Amino acid sequence: MPIKSYLAHSHKGKKAELVNALSTIGQCEVMPAENKDVVIVVTDTEDQIEEEILKKKLDTLESLKFLAMVSGFNAPQND
Amino acid sequence: MYTSLANRRSFIKKMAMLSAMTAAATMFPGILFAEEQEEGLPKNADLDWKKAPCRFCGVGCGVLIGVENGKAVAVKGDPKSSVNKGLCCVKGYHSVIAMYGKDRLTKPLVKKNGQYVETSMKEALDLIASKMKETIKDHGKDAVSIYGSGQWTIPDGYVASKFFKGCIGTNNVEANARLCMATAVTGFLTSFGLDEPMGCYEDIDYADVFVLWGNNMAEMHPVLFSRLLDQRLKRGVKIIDFATRTTRTSMAADKSILFLPQTDLAVANAICYEIIKNGWVNRSFVERHCNFSKGLTNMGYGLKDNYKFKDKPEKIDFNAYKDFLEDYTPEKVEKISGVSVKDIKYMAAYYGDPNKKVMSFWCMGPNQHTRGTWMNNLIYNIHLLTGKISAPGNSPFSLTGQPSACGTVREVGTLTHKLPHGVVMNKKDREFAAKIWNVPVENIDPKPTYHTVEMFRALDRGDIRFMWIQVTNPMVTMPKLKRYRDGAKKEGRFIVVSDIYPTPTTDIADVILPSAMWIEREGMYGNSERRTQYFEQMVNPPGEAMSDTWQLIEVAKRMGYEKQFHYKEETHIEEIYNEYRKHHVGKKHNMAPLEVLKSQPGVLWPYVDGKSTKWRFNAKYDPACTNGKDFHFYGKSDGRAIIWQRPYEPAAESPDTEYPYWLCTGRVVEHWHTGSMTRRIPVLHKAMPHAYVEVNPEDAKRMHIQTGDKVKLTTRRGEIILPASVNQRGIPAPMQVFVPFFDENMLINEITLDSFCPISKEPDYKKCAVKVEKV
Repeated sequence: MPIKSYLAHSHKGKKAELVNALSTIGQCEVMPAENKDVVIVVTDTEDQIEEEILKKKLDTLESLKFLAMVSGFNAPQND
Repeated sequence: MYTSLANRRSFIKKMAMLSAMTAAATMFPGILFAEEQEEGLPKNADLDWKKAPCRFCGVGCGVLIGVENGKAVAVKGDPKSSVNKGLCCVKGYHSVIAMYGKDRLTKPLVKKNGQYVETSMKEALDLIASKMKETIKDHGKDAVSIYGSGQWTIPDGYVASKFFKGCIGTNNVEANARLCMATAVTGFLTSFGLDEPMGCYEDIDYADVFVLWGNNMAEMHPVLFSRLLDQRLKRGVKIIDFATRTTRTSMAADKSILFLPQTDLAVANAICYEIIKNGWVNRSFVERHCNFSKGLTNMGYGLKDNYKFKDKPEKIDFNAYKDFLEDYTPEKVEKISGVSVKDIKYMAAYYGDPNKKVMSFWCMGPNQHTRGTWMNNLIYNIHLLTGKISAPGNSPFSLTGQPSACGTVREVGTLTHKLPHGVVMNKKDREFAAKIWNVPVENIDPKPTYHTVEMFRALDRGDIRFMWIQVTNPMVTMPKLKRYRDGAKKEGRFIVVSDIYPTPTTDIADVILPSAMWIEREGMYGNSERRTQYFEQMVNPPGEAMSDTWQLIEVAKRMGYEKQFHYKEETHIEEIYNEYRKHHVGKKHNMAPLEVLKSQPGVLWPYVDGKSTKWRFNAKYDPACTNGKDFHFYGKSDGRAIIWQRPYEPAAESPDTEYPYWLCTGRVVEHWHTGSMTRRIPVLHKAMPHAYVEVNPEDAKRMHIQTGDKVKLTTRRGEIILPASVNQRGIPAPMQVFVPFFDENMLINEITLDSFCPISKEPDYKKCAVKVEKV
């Protein structure tokens, strides 16, 4: 049950587009910065396989310049 | 049924979010995440934001408190604070909630016929003063004592010291920092002659490598740890976690190295061996700025009452030290420590590389250690041998756990041997303090009395009859707790406890005084990096709650010390701080004026010519250096730091056939120390409602233990049953277990050992032998 947080950097002028795109992905919680082109993304997936699929999906987002992982936790399922 | 993991997932998500916010804040100073920071604020709130240091740990984050209609309703990180650059950890964000728990103490309570009865503050203070007078008359001045805290504000500790040491004339003044930071103090004093780090947090921005010695920084100092992670993102720095247990810090580090308990002593010596063997010694630095010494060995562990130890330092030369290290080749140390030769050489190579700046961090691992002073010395040895000290990015850095362990306990000197400037044993220091305190110098006793463990032993024996406990919870934190709880409850003892909530410590009190908390009064804290931070009173305390400072002043006046405690209620904090500053006048420890503290998020001392001193002992940055050289360790009379010959010696109690496991205790990210505040914060309490025992997965498999199963821990002191935690947050090494101490309903200290470092007298909470059984 991996939970990871990332700093997502958008291409110039594409922050809103990035936020919209991320918001449509069920496993992502998104918090945009108010004054910088940075978005916090917290991903919550069932297992490693789903995590891998999600990563590939994120890599296809055109508005995303790069994604830097900040923290990773492996939480138990019974929560 | 055990449900401590309930809601963990949502909590972890919040933690993940906060980690990212923290990292973002260090990368982009001033970045705003309004959604999170303003979550929970009343709609259309017209908040008045005021600055303060955070109430919790020793990192000393600057926070802004949102006040509305006389109530603190929000917290956000202070973007102007160089400590946290606008961020907080999960405890900090929720800190104001701790002020509004339903069971807040609001009226003084006096025990009458076994029942607590509400009384007026005047009556309670009258009773305390009369009991103190009576005890002194019947049993002498050393029968009264005060036990305070690293959460005391600077004025609290200052008036306590002045009252007890200067006026009553007893050195029965101790604080809970004895249980966490005393070793750091003796480490600094023995190596450098002066307490507290030479560097500051800014070192993080320059270091290439961070070695964490038994320090779970990701959970205990999360904001500071995020600064390390940020530097890794920006500059590719390396983080090495050197510990006895796998934690979140280990998982985030570039390299995790596990060692067997107590053998950090051997590994540190092996690193020094490698540094010398490979020619990595900074010879000119060592020749110009260092001496070599050795002290007594086989000191014992302080397990018996009235244990005494005094070290006898003896100068040695470099060759003698080099010969001593022959016992610590990586090959020999691998056998003692379980750390591979390769890993020892890996760490040594970073320290030895002249092109790498190295920062060492440590906190309770090396400090709560029966050879803790030695362990501190050994880390300094590594930095001194390589000359990696007192310069940006080269920094041995001892972290603290309480908001003012440094500011109040170490700088004000609320320990039995200390004065605000110097020690009671020194005539000149006594004369200096007596003059400022306006007391006859004869009042200050030249002999220290009891360190914390011995103070509670004295209470048990009856040598101490009266104890006043403020802002701390020793009936959760004392090792081998049962003895000290039973001792405090004995006939003929009188205990006063000042606190904000009922705790196991208020349970032993004869008088409970409700205290004002944090921003309900005015005060200052001093953090790990010598930063003094001021906070104003922002809201009113509830009911008759009163600041600890004013409680002490009121009792002192009732005892006849009006002349010394002449302060006016409306200006007393300013008057006390101005008086306190006089003790530290001079370039080595000058404190900033109050108006400067009020104007910014803290100031580092020494504050000289309007500037903070960031790197002490380095002539380029420190105006107190006067020897004409590049470095001046002016704490020692010859200006030289000491490289100590300190051997590996085993722990006071090691596993055997009857008690085959190591027991280590510690903290969790959700709760601050004994949990008396954070357990009143619903989100934190929900996330971590009670304690547990972490068992190594292989050990658990062998014993058929799963998470949630009941496990009995038995030591020579007693037994306790806890739910198991397997493969959850931390993972102990095989044949080791870990238990957090925050839970007053599962008091792990009932079974810990009261052994301590003979030099610092700080107990070792990290090592004793335990039997582990599935119930």
